[in-house]
Amino acid sequence: MSDPAREPPSLAESLAVHAVLLAATAFALYPVLWVVSLAFSRQQTPEPRLLPLPEQPTLEHLVEVVGASRTSSDGREVWLFGRQIVNSLVVSSSAALVGVLIAVPAAYALARFEFVGKRSGTNALLATQMFPAVAGAIPLYVLLEVLGLLDSRTGLVLCYATTSVPFAIFQLRAAFEAIPLELEEAAMVDGATRFEAFLRVVLPAARPAIAVTSLFAFMSAYNEFILAATLLGKEELFTLPVVLQRYIGEHDANWPAFAAGALVVSTPVMAIFYWVQRHLVAGLTAGAVKG
Amino acid sequence: MLRALAALLVLVASLASTRAASAEPVRLWHAYRGAEARALEEIVRTSGIEVELLAVPADAFATKLAAAIPHGEGPDLFIDAHERLGDYLRQGLVAELQVERVGYAPSALRAVEIEGRQLAVPLSQKCVALYVNRALARRVPTDLEDLEAVLVRPLASGEVLLAYESRSAYYHAPFLAAFGGRLLWPDERFGFVGQGAERSLVLARELQRSGKVPGNADGALVTQLFRSGRAAFAVSGPWLAGDLGDAAVQYAVAPLPRVRVTGGRMRPLLTVEAVMASPRGASRPEARALAALLASREAAATRMRIAHVVSARTDVELPDDPVVRGFAEAAREADPMPTSAAMRAVWEPSEKAIRKVLNGSAEPRAALEEAKRRFDDVRRPPPPEASRRPLLVLIGLALLAGALTLVRRSRDASFRAEVVASLPAYRYLIHAVLALGLLVFAPLVAGAAISLTAGRPGETVYVGTANFIDILTARGGPLLATGSFYLVLAVTVAWTVLNVGLHVTIGATLGVLLSRPVLRMRAAYRVLLIVPWAVPSYVTALAWRGMFHRQFGAVTALTTKLRALGVDLEPIDWFARFATAFAANVTTNVWLGFPFMMVVTIAALTSLPREVLEAAEVDGATRWQRFTRIVVPIVRPSMIPSVALGAVWTFNMFNVVFLVSGGEPDGQTDILVSEAYRWAFTRQAQYGYAAAYSVLIFALLFGVTRLGARFGRRAAT
Repeated sequence: MSDPAREPPSLAESLAVHAVLLAATAFALYPVLWVVSLAFSRQQTPEPRLLPLPEQPTLEHLVEVVGASRTSSDGREVWLFGRQIVNSLVVSSSAALVGVLIAVPAAYALARFEFVGKRSGTNALLATQMFPAVAGAIPLYVLLEVLGLLDSRTGLVLCYATTSVPFAIFQLRAAFEAIPLELEEAAMVDGATRFEAFLRVVLPAARPAIAVTSLFAFMSAYNEFILAATLLGKEELFTLPVVLQRYIGEHDANWPAFAAGALVVSTPVMAIFYWVQRHLVAGLTAGAVKG
Repeated sequence: MLRALAALLVLVASLASTRAASAEPVRLWHAYRGAEARALEEIVRTSGIEVELLAVPADAFATKLAAAIPHGEGPDLFIDAHERLGDYLRQGLVAELQVERVGYAPSALRAVEIEGRQLAVPLSQKCVALYVNRALARRVPTDLEDLEAVLVRPLASGEVLLAYESRSAYYHAPFLAAFGGRLLWPDERFGFVGQGAERSLVLARELQRSGKVPGNADGALVTQLFRSGRAAFAVSGPWLAGDLGDAAVQYAVAPLPRVRVTGGRMRPLLTVEAVMASPRGASRPEARALAALLASREAAATRMRIAHVVSARTDVELPDDPVVRGFAEAAREADPMPTSAAMRAVWEPSEKAIRKVLNGSAEPRAALEEAKRRFDDVRRPPPPEASRRPLLVLIGLALLAGALTLVRRSRDASFRAEVVASLPAYRYLIHAVLALGLLVFAPLVAGAAISLTAGRPGETVYVGTANFIDILTARGGPLLATGSFYLVLAVTVAWTVLNVGLHVTIGATLGVLLSRPVLRMRAAYRVLLIVPWAVPSYVTALAWRGMFHRQFGAVTALTTKLRALGVDLEPIDWFARFATAFAANVTTNVWLGFPFMMVVTIAALTSLPREVLEAAEVDGATRWQRFTRIVVPIVRPSMIPSVALGAVWTFNMFNVVFLVSGGEPDGQTDILVSEAYRWAFTRQAQYGYAAAYSVLIFALLFGVTRLGARFGRRAAT
């Protein structure tokens, strides 16, 4: 990112920036240290401490969670946790994919077209986010039963995808609006149809926003628990949040195992974010306007 | 585009599971884990019956049953605690299960009987008992007052005499029993009131004030204290023994002691775990055979051998295991938990009273009388059934008006032209409309319609606007009393404003810093700063709660350190006062939420054209001018939707409040949506009332955003 047009930041400024970022990182990581300590301690002694280091360090909780397996009816050993992590990743990425595929054209229409019902449609979209569905799992259960999609990951994908659509539409509409109209017009002057211009010019320019929106859709599906627990009826189909929630009992909870599981669950998210954030660099649209 | 869609359909279709068609196995659901799950698997494996076992999280168990069984899905058999039977019976989730009843403890049989009908087959009995740390106590004490007398040595600092979850009504029940009281009388009157109840609370308060019992102890803390040998005694159930397997502490289990002043025994509540049958399961011979087998002597022996639980049978020999024997003895002294649905309404008011007394903000008598009022209020009969005619007339009028508008508009040529001009846009929208209409709007409308009904599941009636009137008139009480709609609304608004303000300030600052073109370790910072968002909040909220613990929390460690440096600070009981409890909630939620705003900011900044910045630089603008006059205006439009939605989500963010302060003190930190959840899940499943809260929340939010948009437009023009 060396850019001759820009003066390099002074040393004092760099130091100040790093000081702020380091402080924020400490704030972000400190509570997680407690989770780490919980996950890797054989024993926790309650006493006021500032630095939570694992006591009698052990991997047993991690092994307990990750190694969870079951003997199936035909006598084979099934590595449950492996299947469930695959479920989670497949369900959440499909949900993100379907959700964004639904949202992208709709957001484009809202950004670029005038049409009857635009304002009331936008309001209705916003309204979906405002109603706290306290017992929301039960109506969806009935619906999926009618559709014959109970007990399947497809049903879950559809539910997750649609719940992420309203936010995705808002996010993407703002991104499309930020893209200069001249880009499409130039393409259409060159003979492209509106749809081709949308596909070849607008979508590539909106890549960062699409990546971030997909991440949001992925995250909301990846951490959801109550729908997954209600709609799925087979342990092989469970997603990770359901599996983790199993460590919370009615009277007591296996917190060390839960903590270990939570850390395992969050690693794919960080890996995905690492990949996504490389596409998030200011000034990406620079060259495109000139071209 | 079409190819992509087709590929997607194939992908989605391939995910669909194939359903087993032939002879259906018996479906058995349970919420066991660890040794108990292993014992159940062992019993099922050797049963010779084809069984499909499903372990469901305890949190989702009741919801899942209520969703599945009425539609003929779900389990044939399920294992649950007997006290749920009353609810399940009313919702039609259980059917009578005829199995021979010889060899069971009479108390266990009584527990699963409602109105003379045997609804389930008892498997095991669970109650709390006294854990005695052999390294600190010479013998098992017979009286509560003797706990100190049997100690081997005086306790060191950091050690406690008796660890138990003092804030929980379930754990306070034995104290109450020693004073002749009960939480609920058999005629469904609230029992936690009166002189005996007051004396039991005075005793609990005294134990905590003298430092013998740790304050604000949750299950995790009790386990940690006893496991690390820092508690001489603990009151807990068999689940604690499961956590002590590999610990160094040597211990014994005995029935709870007596309280000397009354001579009464501390009788714990007894839970009988039983196998229950759904209506379908009760009609299947294989399911009945499996139920009988699960309850058999052989199965009981297996459960004792693997999971060390006390059987509900009296004809199995107790193993030579002092823990099982201790719990078996304790179970004989226990009172079965009432099956009545009224029990569900007991916990919340009782626990509020206990907490108020323990943190010193109320005297026992006042707190308990308030608890009784709250119990009676929740239990008051639903409003009378209303006529449906006004609703039908209203719907009819709305449909008529809609139809008329449609007709009038379709005659209008310019409107027709507009619609035709809109057709290209509709092509981009149609699938979103269909998907959202079916899977988002339909359930929402169904959920909103429930707000016009009242009563518990299975006996709901249409009541018109009665729920709304009740909420808006604060159920007839003072309009600004604790827990009234208006006061909770004020808390919710403060909660939303503070959180969103801090989310945006912190998130945007970090986002801007992380978008600098020259920044070392940018990727590392970015990834580390989203960690609060990536780790499931259930466990991080618990970590935060732990850090705020008065005795053992990190915040207390910090104040101790600061005091050593000469700063005058006392450890704070964070959840005893509104301001500090609210601050704890906000801190946790800010921590959880700032990464979202940070990522949104970073994404918005990617749309900054570099030329604009460079041009500004050439013109000699200062950094700050460049930021406020160029960056902010360009970025703002793409941030506004996220900030607005962030505000809406924060308004309805109940789980942080639930997990960190739990509404303490006395429900003052609850927000509107947590009230809705309490009505649905802890106050007798009054879904209609909860839905009315949801509709009001919706109306508020929608009204505010409409107003905001109007002012925004006016400001823009």
